[in-house]
Amino acid sequence: MEPMISVRHLHKSFGTHKVLTDISVDIHIREVVVVIGPSGSGKSTFLRCLNLLEQPQEGDIIIEGTSLMAKTTRINDIRTELGMVFQQFNLFPHKKVIENIMLAPVRVRKWPVGQARQKALELLDKVGLREKADVYPASLSGGQAQRVAIARALAMEPKIMLFDEPTSALDPEMVGEVLAVMKDLAREGMTMVVVTHEMGFAREVGDRVLFMEQGVVVEEGDPEQLFGHPAHERTQAFLSKVL
Amino acid sequence: MDFRFDIIAHYIPVLLRGTAFTIGVSIVSIILGSVLGLGIGFGKMAPKAYFRWPFHCYINFFRGTPLYVQILIVHFGVIPAFYGSTNVLMTSFVALSLNSAAYSAEIFRAGIQSIDPGQREAAVSLGMTQFQAMRFIILPQAVKRMVPAFGNEFIVLVKDSSLLALIAAPEIMYWSNTMKGQYLRIWEPYLTAALIYFILTYSLSKLLNYIERKV
Ligand SMILES: Nc1ncnc2c1ncn2[C@@H]1O[C@H](COP(=O)(O)OP(=O)(O)OP(=O)(O)O)[C@@H](O)[C@H]1O
Ligand SMILES: [Mg+2]
Repeated sequence: MEPMISVRHLHKSFGTHKVLTDISVDIHIREVVVVIGPSGSGKSTFLRCLNLLEQPQEGDIIIEGTSLMAKTTRINDIRTELGMVFQQFNLFPHKKVIENIMLAPVRVRKWPVGQARQKALELLDKVGLREKADVYPASLSGGQAQRVAIARALAMEPKIMLFDEPTSALDPEMVGEVLAVMKDLAREGMTMVVVTHEMGFAREVGDRVLFMEQGVVVEEGDPEQLFGHPAHERTQAFLSKVL
Repeated sequence: MDFRFDIIAHYIPVLLRGTAFTIGVSIVSIILGSVLGLGIGFGKMAPKAYFRWPFHCYINFFRGTPLYVQILIVHFGVIPAFYGSTNVLMTSFVALSLNSAAYSAEIFRAGIQSIDPGQREAAVSLGMTQFQAMRFIILPQAVKRMVPAFGNEFIVLVKDSSLLALIAAPEIMYWSNTMKGQYLRIWEPYLTAALIYFILTYSLSKLLNYIERKV
């Protein structure tokens, strides 16, 4: 089967600092791919290349048959198919929760306001925050803010969701509520790429785990294999520190 | 020392007209200056260095040289070159607007750059264009932060418009100079001018405080 995302020989540097070296990964429909690795290994950069928040220097990314590097590709259209969730939530502080969610469907997808509001309320139900529709983001807890951010990304009805350490900025007692929303999404069959330090989540929800270090994918495999019997020394060394 | 209120009373009508001129030229210049400044501010944030360069020079020239000199250059150089002869009204609007644009550009740039880059990233990753991200996400937040700086710039502009007396623009300072010439008195004309400027800037700062609380 044709992969949903095909990353081929991707290279990325910042100036002379090489951050990603020859990354090739396929991600299939309904697959949950978890990316783990030490700080600075290039996990965020990899994820940000997938929706061109970072511009790679070499290689190609093909999403549903469309090359992101092709001059004719309209990157804004591609981005509507990719939902992104950030470590710092990045909610729009000057807009109410419901406006945060409705803005892109109305402005980008050109939905009528009524339809966008309907969808936003459904999504707030889904993440358990309907009663927060009319408050500003500043009054939300971290866990609530991240759930709103997930709803905001889902409002565009993306085919793929990208998560960059969605629980790393949260107090420990709020991690569970965000992971629960992500698990629901995975169960519904959303294609997901998740950068996380939550090894429990990786094990339970991940279909495949990629271990990155110093800009290369050192090892990949299903969670049982990668956590249970890591093949590489570097993977073993990393896991012995975090598990 | 006697203080002659009668000569102030005599000059009140012209001083009021001068005040109207000062207010008018300040308002027009802050508006034209901020429109121009928005463009220059964006120019200075362009990704390509050679594209930023002219905007950079513009800002440095107008911020780095006295307004006094700029007024004379516009009055005796720029306006005659375009219009054929000198024109006090044109100089007043053009010189103050160009000057104000340089400061506005820096206010816009600083305001826009003060917004967390994550805001733009969140907007474009939802499929918004760069323009939509600027229009719906970044500018609304940045403008709020710019209000105090713009207020300050407006107050400076009102006071600096007094330099237009140099070219005989019929503003407050020009008329108090005339008053001084006519009566050969110091305190009455200059204290009156000072009081008028103070009333203008003080009301303005009150108004700005109000607006700041509102946004
Ligand atoms: N915009 C940038 N400019 C210059 N260097 C950058 C930039 N973004 C990231 N880097 C560098 O690239 C390397 C990889 O960063 P990246 O954020 O992808 O790592 P990460 O695996 O996500 O780490 P963490 O677990 O800390 O989030 C780091 O050395 C970082 O300093
Ligand atoms: Mg990271």
